[in-house]
Amino acid sequence: MADHAQEHAHDTAHAEGHDHDEHPVDNFWTKYIFSTDHKMIAKQFLITGMFMGLVGVFMSMLFRLQLAWPGESFPILETFLGKWAPDGVLDPNMYLALVTIHGTIMVFFVLTAGLSGTFSNLLIPLQIGARDMASGFLNMISYWFFAASSVVMLTSLFVETGPASGGWTVYPPLSALPQAMPGSGAGMTLWLVSMTLFVGGSLIGSLNYIVTVINLRTKGMTMTRLPLTIWAFLVTAILGVLSFPVLLSAALLLIFDRSMGTSFYLSDIMVAGELLSNQGGSPILYEHLFWFLGHPEVYIILLPALGITSEVIATNSRKPIFGYRAMIGSILAIAFLSFVVWGHHMFITGMNPFLGSVFTFTTLLIAIPSAVKAFNYITTLWKGNIQFTPAMLFSIALVSTFVAGGLTGIILGDSALDINVHDTYFVVAHFHIVMGLSAIFGMFAGVYHWFPKMYGRMMNKTMGYLHFWISFVTAYGVFFPMHFTGLAGLPRRYYSSAEFPIFDELHDINVIITFFAIGGGIAQVIFIFNFFYSMWRGPKAPQNPWRSNTLEWTAPVEHMHGNWPGAIPEVQRWPYDYSKPGYEEDFVPQNVPIKKGEHAH
Amino acid sequence: MTGIITIVVLVLAVITALQLMRVFELSSKARKQVEYEVTDRDNNYQGWLMLLFGIAMIVSLFWMLYAWLPLTLPKPASEHGVEIDSLFKISMWVIIAMFLLVQPILFYLAWRYRGAKDRKAAYYEHNNRLEFIWTIVPAIILAVLIIYGMTTWSNVMSPKNEKEPIVVEVYAQQFKWIIRYAGEDNKLGYANVRLIKDANVVGVDTLDLLSADDKVASEIHLPVGRPVLFRFRSQDVIHSAYMPHFRAQMNCVPGMTTQFQFTPSVTTADIRQDANVQAKVARINALRTEKGLESYAYDYLLLCNKVCGSGHFNMQMNIVVESEEEYAKWLAEQKTIAETL
Repeated sequence: MADHAQEHAHDTAHAEGHDHDEHPVDNFWTKYIFSTDHKMIAKQFLITGMFMGLVGVFMSMLFRLQLAWPGESFPILETFLGKWAPDGVLDPNMYLALVTIHGTIMVFFVLTAGLSGTFSNLLIPLQIGARDMASGFLNMISYWFFAASSVVMLTSLFVETGPASGGWTVYPPLSALPQAMPGSGAGMTLWLVSMTLFVGGSLIGSLNYIVTVINLRTKGMTMTRLPLTIWAFLVTAILGVLSFPVLLSAALLLIFDRSMGTSFYLSDIMVAGELLSNQGGSPILYEHLFWFLGHPEVYIILLPALGITSEVIATNSRKPIFGYRAMIGSILAIAFLSFVVWGHHMFITGMNPFLGSVFTFTTLLIAIPSAVKAFNYITTLWKGNIQFTPAMLFSIALVSTFVAGGLTGIILGDSALDINVHDTYFVVAHFHIVMGLSAIFGMFAGVYHWFPKMYGRMMNKTMGYLHFWISFVTAYGVFFPMHFTGLAGLPRRYYSSAEFPIFDELHDINVIITFFAIGGGIAQVIFIFNFFYSMWRGPKAPQNPWRSNTLEWTAPVEHMHGNWPGAIPEVQRWPYDYSKPGYEEDFVPQNVPIKKGEHAH
Repeated sequence: MTGIITIVVLVLAVITALQLMRVFELSSKARKQVEYEVTDRDNNYQGWLMLLFGIAMIVSLFWMLYAWLPLTLPKPASEHGVEIDSLFKISMWVIIAMFLLVQPILFYLAWRYRGAKDRKAAYYEHNNRLEFIWTIVPAIILAVLIIYGMTTWSNVMSPKNEKEPIVVEVYAQQFKWIIRYAGEDNKLGYANVRLIKDANVVGVDTLDLLSADDKVASEIHLPVGRPVLFRFRSQDVIHSAYMPHFRAQMNCVPGMTTQFQFTPSVTTADIRQDANVQAKVARINALRTEKGLESYAYDYLLLCNKVCGSGHFNMQMNIVVESEEEYAKWLAEQKTIAETL
């Protein structure tokens, strides 16, 4: 298989024709399971990510029941959680486990691998005009690392002491000491094994994406003719390569502390009546290592969604994306700044207060390129001819959540204000809106937009509309009210607020949130149904359903190895010539030569 | 039995959906219309829905501010808390203003430029002046907020004292707090988890002379108007000492000591007279009587705000702020370490 991939790679570099008859016929295993074709791997990432997403969202629905009606009995909890919900009342340890695994799954498995893995794989070769990834074999390995890590993570749900429960950040000593909570036993070991595999897969994938974008662009595809999706995927991959190894080092040291008696993070501890011999370590070290990944991770999640949105908004506004170069500049600025802001997660950890000032400064700077992006999206809509496909609706929703959630970052990034809202529901509201909702909306936009490219069939529009509106309304309905419970001082990760009479009057808000959460969760059934129904029964996709400019729509609808029969199209112009004066149609694909006297971008 | 019924209902629901889809497909085939293509009618509907959503969003924002802002924390009970709150208010005004500027524009434009077959979009790639403006304007606003924020932060974290602060140790363990006052000399004796034994719950070194007058307590009492220097330790995992009414928080990290200083400015008795607090207490008590729970009196709180295990959600301690005399009287009643060990 590796040889095939290399063959493709060589051919692509020269953008020559390709003889396909030499390929052996695919069987089930080589086509669907151990595929080295980027289009199939993209689908593998998507389906795995969607499955993990369903698990993650379902978990949030379970713990929302507890938060709205603390201590009440729900038979459904006992059905799914068994001994962790005796008589239908959720166990506090299981509550923490659900919160932890929900966070881990959504951040890493859905919005990192599911989003970036799917669309980087699908779009990089197709949009830059390459026959496949630089290494099809490594690409396959990257998916299988991810699949293995998903299996390990799901397995951890079934161990006797429960899955990891110390929050998705798994700060030691809590996560290092099985005596401190049951979830820090075997469940935590599996969490660490799973994340180690995950980082391995992510690194292999990212290196492949970077090499492909740099080396395999077709003739004429200069860096400033790349669609913004590709810019976003490239920068995301670079962020991943630079930051994921640091998470791995944090996890490795934690494995040493847990299993081999080292003291990287542990010092002077007496837990459950037992005095530990560890001395000299510091949990703050872990926090630094974790957030050195953790903050770039936010942009690893967000940038691909922003890239997808740029493409979808330009196509469906029938207008060039406004300020193409500013968009590239702001992606690069955000990426650079994302490496120097991690300390804003640690203002009140006991870190030197001087560092707090430095991180406040760098953190608030990120608002500038973010504002540029938001304004550029909005200006792209101005004087457009907006086609409301479901993908376009999700993209506009992304701009809305990106603005709504980004603004509260100005509060949290300010060290002085963070003192009182740190780790409250205000934070939960902030990051779910700016990163969770924006990224998941970007992912939905991508699925609706490129479904025809993936499956050669069209998704149902009406169900798409229904799915969008329920998701959009319930998403805000869940997270907007949380700002207020946070400002009332309610800490996150509380199993129940009933022990504090001062939080009694927040009960109504919690009930509202839970209703929206359950409604929003159930609405995803519409999407799942639409997805699988359209995959098998949807109408056949035309060559270029959205009348888009980018190269993937010049490739045949029926998938083939090598993407294009014959020569790869040559790129003659930038990807955003929509509604260009002098052309009959309101789009000019990238492979159409510049006319005489036409002003090239 | 319920299991079987649920499965039957689910299967029927899927079959219904499939049949509906069939009807849908056939009818659109009959109308010679391709389902996935966006028509002018779709654009019109969705454009209007976008506008409606935008309006509903703004209206509900104001409704939430009206209904839920009174539920948020009452006025700060510490000197630096006033500074933090004024910075908070200014930042909040800025972000609400930005929200009210950008969101309506977004949804308005989505509605205004909803597509139609006979329209063509403008070809408008960039405008350096516009882009310069929306880079520089946020930069200026942020510069102001950054400078204001950094000044506040340094005032809070390194306060200038006129009086010597009272030193109090907050000691965290799963899942409770223990308080140690520094005693006459206002100096805490050395302590370490390795020295914990029997009644010596915080591991005080009894050979350290400074420790003899230290006092271990199960409630925090603070005199109004005197700076208090909290020193935080943890016995097992990371906890976070959160005192929301004072706008104060600091993590308690095993293996090291962290600190935070503030000056309480309102006594517990006084805050209970505050109109907003009284309204809050009245609302809460109305809810509690309904549920048959005991009635509640407003108290300052110390709570844990870093997940620390199964009892995390109930790791709390009352804080009483009182006059200098009341505080002195209360402290005199507490036993010193020398007396208890």
